[in-house]
This record gives sequence, C-alpha cells and structure tokens, in this order.
Amino acid sequence: MIGVSPAELAAHSFARGLDDRQVAQLAARAAGIHMPAGERFFDEGGPAARLWLIRTGRVALDLRVPGRGRLIVETLGPGDELGLSWLSPAAQWQFGAVAQEPVSAFELASAAVVELCEADHELGYQLTRRLLGTAISRLQAARIRILDVYAAPGQWAGGKR
Amino acid sequence: MTISAVPSGYRVSASRQETHDTVTLFLEPTGDPIARYVPGQFTMLYAFGVGEIPISISGPAGEHGLTQTIRAVGAVSSALCAATPRQLIGVRGPFGTSWGESDATGQDLLLVAGGIGLAPLRPALLAALDQRHRYRRIIVLVGARSPAELVFATELQEWRQRDACVEVTVDKADGTWPGNVGVVTQLLGRADLDPRQTLALICGPEVMMRLTARALLAAGLDRASIRVSLERNMQCGVAECGHCQLGPLLLCRDGPVVSYQVAEPLLAIREL
Repeated sequence: MIGVSPAELAAHSFARGLDDRQVAQLAARAAGIHMPAGERFFDEGGPAARLWLIRTGRVALDLRVPGRGRLIVETLGPGDELGLSWLSPAAQWQFGAVAQEPVSAFELASAAVVELCEADHELGYQLTRRLLGTAISRLQAARIRILDVYAAPGQWAGGKR
Repeated sequence: MTISAVPSGYRVSASRQETHDTVTLFLEPTGDPIARYVPGQFTMLYAFGVGEIPISISGPAGEHGLTQTIRAVGAVSSALCAATPRQLIGVRGPFGTSWGESDATGQDLLLVAGGIGLAPLRPALLAALDQRHRYRRIIVLVGARSPAELVFATELQEWRQRDACVEVTVDKADGTWPGNVGVVTQLLGRADLDPRQTLALICGPEVMMRLTARALLAAGLDRASIRVSLERNMQCGVAECGHCQLGPLLLCRDGPVVSYQVAEPLLAIREL
C-alpha cells in the first residue's frame, strides 16, 4: 500500500467539489493499491469494510449461480466507487468483485470513513451525497436493464417489422 | 439514378449473419442504382410477394452497391434476412435526413448505439474515420443485450486501430466476457467528455436514446449538440401518406435524424 497525497485524491471524480481541507482529511486515511488482473477484491458474503475509488482498470461484480457458473452483475471503471455494502446495517458483501484488468485504486477503511463523517458532519454530508448518488444511479441502471430494451422489436431505424 | 415509387432492382451479392436474428445484406444494382445517399438515410426494401419495410443503410456512403442490416422481427424482415445470393430485392430511396457528422469538424464526435442502432450509425462512423484528421476524438459507445447479440462485432478492433475509442457494454454476461456489463449511459461517465466541444449522435431503442440524451444534458452538452434517429411507421418514404407523423414532423422526410432540440418535447408527449 502506498500513501496518497491530497493532489492525487483531488483528481478523482469522487473528490470533485470537496474543499482542500476535506480532501486532505480523506487522503490521510486513503492508501493507493494495485490489483493484478484476476485477483479478487472480495467474495460474496464476506464482511464489508472497505471502499475503493477506482483510478484505472475495470472491476467485475459477480455472483456464482448454481448451474450457470459465475455471472457478471456489473462492471465498474475509472471514476467509479467500489464497495458500498458497508453502508447497510448487515455490512456484508452482496456480490463478489474481481479485477478484470490491472486496477489501481484508492482504498479507504469504512470505519475510518464513518469516523470522519461523525467527527465532521459537513464532510459526512458531502460523502453521503456522493455515495447516495452512486447508489441511485446503479439502482436506475439496474431498472433499465430489467426493461430488456434491446430484446423487443424496436421502432428505430435499422430493425423493425 | 431515381427516387420514385417504383423500386429499383438489386441483387443480393452476399449476406453476413451478425447475430441469431440479424443479417447484413450486400446488394448490387441490376440496372439504374438509387441516388447517392448520405449517412443516416434509409431505404424502403421490398421483399417481393411479402412486403416493403424501411431499413437504414449501414454501409459507407459512396459505395457502388448497398449495405443494409436487418433484424428479423416480422414477415418482411424475416424474408429479407433469409434472402440468398442472386435473389432480387426492390429498393426505393434514399430517404430522410443525414447525421451531419462533419458538423463535428475540429471537435469530438461521440456515437452512442444501442442494439441494432449501431447499423444506422456505422456509415457516419466510417465517413468520420475516412476523414480522421478532421476530428479530435471519435468515441463509439455501444450497448447490447449480450455479447452474442453484438452487431459488427468483428469490426470493433479495426475501428480502434483507426483511432476511434470504442467501448462496448452488455446487459447480461457470464464470467467469460472480458468487457463491460451495464447500461450504455454508464460508459458516458468514463468517457471524459468535453461538453462544449462534442457532437453526439445516438441511435437505439427510444427509451435508450432518451436516457442517453438526458445523461448528456447532465454532462453539460446542449440540446443542439445531440442528434437522435427516430422512427415511426414509414411507408411511402416521400412525406405523402402521413403514417410516420410525429407531431409536426413527417419522419420519412424530416427524420430519421432529428436534433434533440426538436425531438425532446415530442418524445415527452405520450400520445405521439
């Protein structure tokens, strides 16, 4: 693990809009990590206690389904946050996560983030807004995928009747 | 060179199976070809004895023949997908408006495709790649139902080699898929868009285009920099029959490519 400077963290979209003091507080608790392709961040059912801010590379959230093997639920890339399950009371990973490509990320212990939020409510508000925004956009994306819009015969140019 | 109610004869020179239900036909004229077309336009393809349907041109502008990609979802499209080499097909057109991709000269050109929506965008992409020096970045974002339902899958690497940034995402995949899984709008956030210097062309299911346009507006693009390809029930192709009316537009003439400035309020009217 490598220490993270405020300037490095400020370049991540998660830190956009935070002031210098807030970025410095987060950076002091973050570590830079590199994960080789194929290595797992976590497995389904394990204790959820970390948050990663992806800088480069791609991570697949996956789930093992009997008879169907490993299914990919969603992939995350640069600028995305990985690991939100610690926000729920169960604090248990709902899916697994594996590096599809070499990944570099900032890693934060969820306990440190929670401690920071409780000590500094303004920063806590800012972080909560970001994480809630991420959760909402993933919920919306999941709903759109449920619609299966590419399956129905469309009325768009190129393929109908 | 004619645009008329009488179809021009074209023969199938080859066909390529894109997915389980989608075929690209390569057509050669048997006599006078249809007029030159521009990216974004469509033709009316006639499967003799079955019927006629609108199909977007998916081949490069300026080619001698015609390239059209068809998804088998009904009687006519199924008959066209089943066409074999040397089979005769009727063609009317070309009809409609163009993507106008050259308006992005000096800027980034963003193409966002959903499903078979990549077919109508392909001529614009090929035209831009032929004039690669005129553009800054060319970004192609493709969404598909699954890896097996990705059209033009064999060309993606070639487009990358021609200096396009191509990203693909699918709705569903097993563990062997090495690419993105998610909706195409999620790729926008990773594309590092320059909202003041980007022209976006979108084609896919209408709900996908609405959501993509909304995400682009949120990213800072203005409505005039977003174009979508719309479709209703095109029949005559020459704005006479009115079947393809969308509010004040007759899409066979005023579309299929429409500025989002015009399209947005129309798409919000449930009755349309």
